[in-house]
Amino acid sequence: MMLPNLPLFPERASTIGAGVDHLYFFLLAVAAFFATLIFTLIFVFAIKYRRRPAWNKAQPIHGSLPLEMLWTAIPLALSMVMFFWGAGLYFEHARAPRGAAEIYVVGKQWMWKLQHPEGRREINELHVPAGRPFKIILASEDVIHSFYVPAFRLKQDAVPGRYTSLWFEANKAGKYHLFCAQYCGTNHALMAGWVYVMEPVEYERWLSGGTGSETMAMAGEKLFENLGCANCHHPDGSGRGPSQVGLFGSKVVLAGAPPVIADEAYIRESILNPAAKVVAGYQPIMPTFQGQISEEGLLQIIAYIKSLGRDGKSGTGQ
Amino acid sequence: MSEPTENYLNAGYGLKSWLLTTDHKRIALLYLISITLLFFVGGALAGLIRVNLLTPQGLLVGAETYNRLFTMHGLIMIFFFLIPSIPAVLGNFLVPMMIGARDLAFPRLNLLSWYLFVGGSLLAIVSAVTGGVDTGWTFYTPYSTTYSNSHVLPMAAGIFITGFSSILTGLNFIVTIHTMRAPGLTWFRLPLFLWSLYATSIIFILGTPVIAITLALVGLERIFGVGIFNPGLGGDPVLFQHLFWFYSHPAVYVMILPAMGVVSEIIPCFARKRIFGYSFVAFSSVAIAVLGFLVWGHHLFVSGQSIYAGMVFSFLSFLVAIPSAIKVFNWTATLYKGSIAFDTPMLYAFGFIGLFTIGGLTGLFVASLAVDVHVHDTYFVVAHFHYIMVGGAVMGYLGGIHYWWPKISGRLYPEAWARLSAVVIFLGFNLTFFPQFLLGYLGMPRRYHAYPPEFQVLHVMSTAGSTILGFGYLMPLVYLLWSLKYGALAGSNPWGATGLEWRTPSPPPTEDFEHTPVVAEEAYAYSGEEAEQHV
Repeated sequence: MMLPNLPLFPERASTIGAGVDHLYFFLLAVAAFFATLIFTLIFVFAIKYRRRPAWNKAQPIHGSLPLEMLWTAIPLALSMVMFFWGAGLYFEHARAPRGAAEIYVVGKQWMWKLQHPEGRREINELHVPAGRPFKIILASEDVIHSFYVPAFRLKQDAVPGRYTSLWFEANKAGKYHLFCAQYCGTNHALMAGWVYVMEPVEYERWLSGGTGSETMAMAGEKLFENLGCANCHHPDGSGRGPSQVGLFGSKVVLAGAPPVIADEAYIRESILNPAAKVVAGYQPIMPTFQGQISEEGLLQIIAYIKSLGRDGKSGTGQ
Repeated sequence: MSEPTENYLNAGYGLKSWLLTTDHKRIALLYLISITLLFFVGGALAGLIRVNLLTPQGLLVGAETYNRLFTMHGLIMIFFFLIPSIPAVLGNFLVPMMIGARDLAFPRLNLLSWYLFVGGSLLAIVSAVTGGVDTGWTFYTPYSTTYSNSHVLPMAAGIFITGFSSILTGLNFIVTIHTMRAPGLTWFRLPLFLWSLYATSIIFILGTPVIAITLALVGLERIFGVGIFNPGLGGDPVLFQHLFWFYSHPAVYVMILPAMGVVSEIIPCFARKRIFGYSFVAFSSVAIAVLGFLVWGHHLFVSGQSIYAGMVFSFLSFLVAIPSAIKVFNWTATLYKGSIAFDTPMLYAFGFIGLFTIGGLTGLFVASLAVDVHVHDTYFVVAHFHYIMVGGAVMGYLGGIHYWWPKISGRLYPEAWARLSAVVIFLGFNLTFFPQFLLGYLGMPRRYHAYPPEFQVLHVMSTAGSTILGFGYLMPLVYLLWSLKYGALAGSNPWGATGLEWRTPSPPPTEDFEHTPVVAEEAYAYSGEEAEQHV
């Protein structure tokens, strides 16, 4: 299969990779069958019915309804198999399993900035252990980028102004390409790096190897204090703003709008554009923090709010 | 057959007689000259791209130049060559001739459409000469509106203006086909080329305004900072992708439908048989045009679009594959028990079917959600759309040029050279683009000026193929020009083809037909006797 310098098939290192490859092989088989069928028929007809003195009368054939039905129905049936197969996998891959650890990634021209919840930061590199699901939450500081790990068969655009995510569980230790797949300007091709899939023990060692870094939630808590958020958002709800305890994932009742689930996008919007969704019972007095906080800062505050508990239940804090 | 005394070519010789002509045949030639120039400019850019990719770090140019090369290549080839190619050249020449009319419904509008095309092309060339555009032909926001320092505005203006030439051409074709058909030429006697151009014209009229508005919005945001696409200004970058692909996906069918029409003319002629399943081939063109408007979201599977929207668009994308499959099966069945000759147009038609089949089948891969997540924005997609737009559309265009060249010029080209060109292009094309499927599944992203070294062997193969392909494209340029002076006289119907255009001298007189023809039979009424005559 492999010549020294001519790989023909990509490495595979995630739990979902096999499913994608199997569908790919099915598609290849169907494509090869039809291409061979068409090419053979054309070749045979072209030879057999070539114009020559002994065969110069074309037969007057105008069409055949049963044949038309047949070659409409068979491709339709096959393509429906492909659709359901591909859509099924896509649907499965869309939802991260419960308990997946979250890694925050910010794309900017032309680098990937990553931060683990435990605090360790990386640039253009991602270290993960095999055998544990991870959810990557993507943001962009400038233009659209796309986080692409071919060995995981996964790709997701990082879109400025919103959060997107993907998840994976690596299953084979090794070093794999990380690419930016969405053209993002001059050095698009250099916005690349490596994903290191490690054995769990090795990963723990790596994780603790960072020098004195605080967790993302701790950094977020500091920002929360420094930006003055805590002046209004008291944990017991007595302040001028609603409490953040148990906020993440809970249903928020809004003034004059249908309720929303407090996800990353909601928290981000509430910081940058507070008047967009005002919690019922509170005044629209919060100033915007647009321009005062970086994409990474936003992610840290989100991590902090997550640490205060989810779905209405208070958490451990830090 | 003696040299025709009076025809559209010798009706007037001055520059004015060309630049102010309202003769659809002369306008077709004006288009032919303009788009041929642009094709070779776009081709030269492709050549530079391929040479640069010979080494992992880039052989010739750096990132900034490389990004301009692939952007300008895409823009010129799509907006200034492929979209106008068959409709504006062969369509302009043939629509009136195939229906027995003397011109299109609006001859002066037709001339205006050429001037709009030239105006738009000049703006594009100004933008290229003054430094080029580096956004990719897709102009994704907010890069194109806020971050790019390149000449986005003149290019967008050029495409905006050229769009009106498409709209006017589409309008002209629809009105002409509706109102000017010769007596007896009912809808189901129309040559299939006209069905395909009719479907194409619908897309021109409905789709082109959307790209024009979208580019106008890009301009507004770029000049005045109106927040439409840039989230920093309150806009939505993904909105741009919806608007852009609402036109640009149907635009792919603008490129391929006319080529399918050409092939539907060539195959019956050289198989000496009526096309198999006329009405299925005809209605599949309309089905492609209609369904083609409903699949744009398959370009957004990894953009953050809702997964449910992704599923709907995937489903519809599989549906649009069916009419294409029906066409391929019908062309193949037309060969059955035919009397098949291997003249140059037929070789191009075979090449078209081969490459289009591969392009169409790989379309199933990218329509399939989970596989597209992996191959999206990789060389797999690059290979897929080149198989459709170059392997399919350009093969069809060249097949049509070779088929109708005797009618257009009154001369025959050297057959051996022409057959060789079809073979060289077919082989060169496959060597260029087949390795790119492998690169894509391996994970090589598109629009990279530098790449990891393990991809080099496949890139070198691709570049080698592109050299052969380039020679292949130069060959027709040389021998077709040569034939204008030295080619044998063609006579009115060198292929023994049916169709009204073959019932008038080559080159045709300015008024196309001396007497308005009357149609008494179906299209492609090839009989055995005609086959005998042409043995």
